[in-house]
Amino acid sequence: MKQKHLSLRTKDALTGFLFTLPALVGLGMFFVVPFGITLKMSLSESMGSSKFVGLKNYQDVLKSAAFKLAAKNTFKFFGVALPCILILSLLIALLLFRNLKKYDIFRTFFVFPLVLPVSSVVLFFQIVFSDLGVVNGVLEHLGMHAADWTGEQAFWVLLILYLWKNTGYNVVLFLAALNSVPPELYEAASLDGAGWWKKLTRITLPMIAPHTRFILVISIVNLFKSFREAYILFGDHPDQSIYMIQHFMNNNFINLNYIRLSVGAALVFLVIFALVGLLLGLRDKDEGGHE
Amino acid sequence: MAKRRKTGDLITLIVLILMSVVVILPVLFMVTHSFMSGNELTASYGKILSSSKDDEDDTPIEIDAHLIPREPSLKGYWDVFLATPDYLGKFWLSLGLCAAITAGQTLLACLGGYGFAKFKYPGKNLLFALMVLLMMLPLQVTLVPNYIVLDKLNMIGSYSAIILPGICSAFGVFLLTQTFKSIPDSVLEAARLDGANQFKTLLLVVIPQAKAGIASLVILNFIDTWNMVEQPLVFLKDRLKYPLSIFLSQIKNADLSRAFVCGILAMLPVLLLFLHFKDALMTGIENSALK
Repeated sequence: MKQKHLSLRTKDALTGFLFTLPALVGLGMFFVVPFGITLKMSLSESMGSSKFVGLKNYQDVLKSAAFKLAAKNTFKFFGVALPCILILSLLIALLLFRNLKKYDIFRTFFVFPLVLPVSSVVLFFQIVFSDLGVVNGVLEHLGMHAADWTGEQAFWVLLILYLWKNTGYNVVLFLAALNSVPPELYEAASLDGAGWWKKLTRITLPMIAPHTRFILVISIVNLFKSFREAYILFGDHPDQSIYMIQHFMNNNFINLNYIRLSVGAALVFLVIFALVGLLLGLRDKDEGGHE
Repeated sequence: MAKRRKTGDLITLIVLILMSVVVILPVLFMVTHSFMSGNELTASYGKILSSSKDDEDDTPIEIDAHLIPREPSLKGYWDVFLATPDYLGKFWLSLGLCAAITAGQTLLACLGGYGFAKFKYPGKNLLFALMVLLMMLPLQVTLVPNYIVLDKLNMIGSYSAIILPGICSAFGVFLLTQTFKSIPDSVLEAARLDGANQFKTLLLVVIPQAKAGIASLVILNFIDTWNMVEQPLVFLKDRLKYPLSIFLSQIKNADLSRAFVCGILAMLPVLLLFLHFKDALMTGIENSALK
């Protein structure tokens, strides 16, 4: 840098770096550096003493009943919600793809819940799912038993909310993926006498696999946002069935238990890092294979 | 064959219309209910929404869910918009927070996106990858690190605690990097040959070409901020300072006609933005996919 005449390339590189600097400083200050502090805290004895205790805090948290419950419920929610949203949004995208121009209005409709604040329609969901609510009314009319939607069955309410809110986003992404499949492939397959099922499984699904992996990542990211819905509908202390990792974190925030919090954050980070790394790593491998 | 196709289209259309109704029903419900009188709402839903769970008696009580107001009334609107300043106060507070965060992030993202998309410097790709990782992290991971910094800066409890981390989010930089990449380098070369410096190139050439991308960032960011729940809960401690997004879930039982109108108040800005910028939003979602 002390040279008087910087080469054009160096100058260009420096300019680029300076443009990205404000964003990098902001991210470093609010995310990267404090995350380092969080990690260090998770390995320390207590807030007051920074004595290194290794993985002891992790053992404590992993053993605690609250964390076990939260982890179990979170994984259960993931296991049910992810296949549901992927299949549902792919089906809708396939329906819309039959005539994109004519059905464009529906694409817009399906994205709408994404932008809608859940707090603004919370009364609707309360009326529909309360003990004396619409769903139970219909169930009893049909001669079935009413269920406790704000208690034991809250899991399903949360699932419905997640699907209602996020399916549209995935549909738009799936439509973009479907659009990227060259139409010649289908024409060739038609000439060979392939039916729609064969076209779907032999052409469509393999061709959109890289997109699907990304859509899966987005769906996971959005799953973590379900806390908003859970909080707004069911409050600080929901039924055990939806006590998830977010509630674990929030309760520790309220109790000012920062050591447990930092351990929780580190564990969630590890899981996400592994999942996203696995999914996106696979993608890179695929692309490498095609070259 | 043609006939089969036609029946298929009809069924598709019916399925799509039914799904749209389900998607839009909560909004419709809120809108019609906001025009019902307090008496009508209490008579229909009082059993679920007003009474606490403790005084349950075993007599079956029907609630009376209906969409069309029987006693149309504007009292709720009068109360919320004209009679008391509380609700509008929260509304402007939320709007102010959103404006500050969105403006700040858009500025940071324009600079950063330009640097990442149009320059080369050593380590750039690594930094970009780090940013993508940060973008994927859910709030449950980043809240703790955020809290530590804000605590050190003595900002907990003030609105800067919400605004600053909101501005420094990785999503905007990522989205605009994707957008700016699609602008051909030749356009930039031409501007530079005309003697424009980098800032001028960004301001007069790049940004005007990326209007759709920037619009999509603005709307996605605004929506996200408007709907935020976790940050104010954790960073603001004081309930009186809560923005509209959380405030709403706390007034629901006080006065039903007001509660419904407040729901409308909360969805109004995003509804208008959505109707006006829906195409930009769709492009934004498509661009948010990793390519």
